[in-house]
Amino acid sequence: MEDRFSHSFTIRGKHFIDAGKVSTEIKRLLKELGVRADIVRRVAIATYEAEMNVVMYAKDATVTLELTPRDIRIVIDDRGPGIADIELAMQEGFSTATSEMRELGFGAGLGLPNIKKNSDDFKIGSTVGAGTKLEITVFIN
Amino acid sequence: MKLREVVESLHLSVRSGEDRLDQAVTGGYAGDLLSDVIANSKAGNVWITMQVHVNIVAVAVLKDLAGIIIVQGRQPSEETLKKAKEEKVAIVVSDAPAFETGGRLYTLIDGSS
Repeated sequence: MEDRFSHSFTIRGKHFIDAGKVSTEIKRLLKELGVRADIVRRVAIATYEAEMNVVMYAKDATVTLELTPRDIRIVIDDRGPGIADIELAMQEGFSTATSEMRELGFGAGLGLPNIKKNSDDFKIGSTVGAGTKLEITVFIN
Repeated sequence: MKLREVVESLHLSVRSGEDRLDQAVTGGYAGDLLSDVIANSKAGNVWITMQVHVNIVAVAVLKDLAGIIIVQGRQPSEETLKKAKEEKVAIVVSDAPAFETGGRLYTLIDGSS
């Protein structure tokens, strides 16, 4: 039998007041479960960026965290506008953020690149008008 | 160096986290783009910024920052202070601009090591 921990969360879009809550909870959980600090930090960065994208652009999202002795897997599945050109969205500096968001320090165009940098495996799929799904895997060893 | 010494030397006013002033400060990071700060700040850093909205608290929690220095005498929003108290994050305000605040902090930390 394999040890497996799994937990689901919900992120509400446009709800800036709670933005960062899910990534903070995931960070706390992983810390409590004894995951190494540098790994927790990478997961925290990746989930924070993903969470902010949901808050800024989507209606809502389901986040699933799965922890095995080998890896941490986080799936963020949102209902939202989707991304038309994923290759473009992955480029550092590209952003569709409004000027209001930029004034608040968002929309640097670093979100998706930061997620990729902090993942060992990263998958992104999107359907315009339906939503975006991110799969982030961070290896434990 | 403790956050308390930074607060005293730079004449900062404490807006939240009075009980967090004994935290060790490992250095500083300055920036107003949240993605930059979340990617590049290090645990124990104080974060120099002019952002005052509630989302700065999550960045500080996620990166285990020693505290946030808001510059130019800007005041954190009420929501920010409420969240900072809940999450036990120290927020202090500097009347000086970011360049001066960062310069003084750098000299202080550099001189103590």
